[in-house]
Amino acid sequence: MKRQPTTRARTRSAAEPELEDERMDEQPDRSAADAEVDQDAASLLQELVAYLRDNRTELREEWARRISEAELLGVMSDEEIFSEATEVYDNYVDALETGSIETLQTYARELSERIIPRGVETHEVLGIVLLLRDVLARSLFAQYQDDLELLNRILDAYEPAANRIAVTVGVSFVEERERVIHDQQEAMRELSTPVLQLRERLLILPIIGVLDSARARQLTEQLLAAIRDNRATVVVIDITGVATIDRTVANHLVQTVEASRLMGASTILTGLSSEIAQTLVDLDVDLGMMKTVGDLQGGLEEAERLAGYRGGPAGDATGDVET
Amino acid sequence: MSVAILRQGDYLIASIQSDLSDTEVVELRGELAELVGTYRARGIVVDVAALDVIDSFVARSLRAIVLTASLRGAETVIVGIQPDVAIAMVQFRLNLEPLRVALDLDAAISLLDRLTRGDAEDGG
Repeated sequence: MKRQPTTRARTRSAAEPELEDERMDEQPDRSAADAEVDQDAASLLQELVAYLRDNRTELREEWARRISEAELLGVMSDEEIFSEATEVYDNYVDALETGSIETLQTYARELSERIIPRGVETHEVLGIVLLLRDVLARSLFAQYQDDLELLNRILDAYEPAANRIAVTVGVSFVEERERVIHDQQEAMRELSTPVLQLRERLLILPIIGVLDSARARQLTEQLLAAIRDNRATVVVIDITGVATIDRTVANHLVQTVEASRLMGASTILTGLSSEIAQTLVDLDVDLGMMKTVGDLQGGLEEAERLAGYRGGPAGDATGDVET
Repeated sequence: MSVAILRQGDYLIASIQSDLSDTEVVELRGELAELVGTYRARGIVVDVAALDVIDSFVARSLRAIVLTASLRGAETVIVGIQPDVAIAMVQFRLNLEPLRVALDLDAAISLLDRLTRGDAEDGG
């Protein structure tokens, strides 16, 4: 949450050049057309805005109806949809009037912040904005159908503005979504991988989630530091929480084990599911030098045996196995 | 599937009753990998006495069973390779590198006993 202000500033500054691009795109058209047409378009837009304000209630209801019809925004109640629709509608008309989409952009970003956690999809957001565009366009058709020439000019004024609004809302939503994904990735990366000491000289390293190169390196460093600090002789690495494993991950594990061996600790790998075990065999990954045990329980029993032999006087656990 | 998988203490005994199709071999492999976890088995005996032919696919699958089980923490011993099958396998140079083989069930069990106890000794 603390990060938000800076992120907003970032997304805004990222969005601005785009706007300028668009304006620049329009520039040649404008220079080609004369100022009169410009003024004409502006006055048409004013007329359009006035019309949309006058018919606010019907159009808004029509739009909300079309949204429910298309079964968009299934996660929101009808009242919520209607109130959001009102907000979007007003912002939309404001944006048409002023030609400035900044307010709309801010609103779109806030809206995205509110609805993304509720599971609203990109296609739904784009869908409702396009629906609004269609609803308004249709009402314009109905209003000006007697004067095709005027209708054409109104549409000329309306369409670019409407499309720009649609793009703005869509882009804001996607940017917000990407920011959320980015934050979550960051959070996942920061999930620490604890190295726990279970007994004297016996460490457990439960690995959960995705193991990529960076994380594997960090994990290896942590593990080696812990081995040194705790003078560990046995390490149990549990990968029950690792969903998939591929050649790269397997090689990381091999390297981790190899490095621990150089530190004088033997490693037991536990929690390989039958799928993972079969995948590793199919991939022909060389895990030959690794001691593997089916589950964590077995791994700890094994580890205690190993630690018992190594850590000074043999314990009870070792005795009955030996004889 | 024409394979009976029995539990005997810490060991699983997979007794193949008749020639297996390739699909059945793959199924056997998956099932053994699964059961090792379920029963926390320390060893597997695969009885192939009923197999008149061990082709390269079956041989490779046996190898895969051994490796998979060892990743899941169980040792595997193959028993009951018929004499003519053994000759054919040697002649075709089927790679049976990690396979441990015993003459019969008794020998297999005592080999497993040695192996699973050996595990602990390795560390010593």
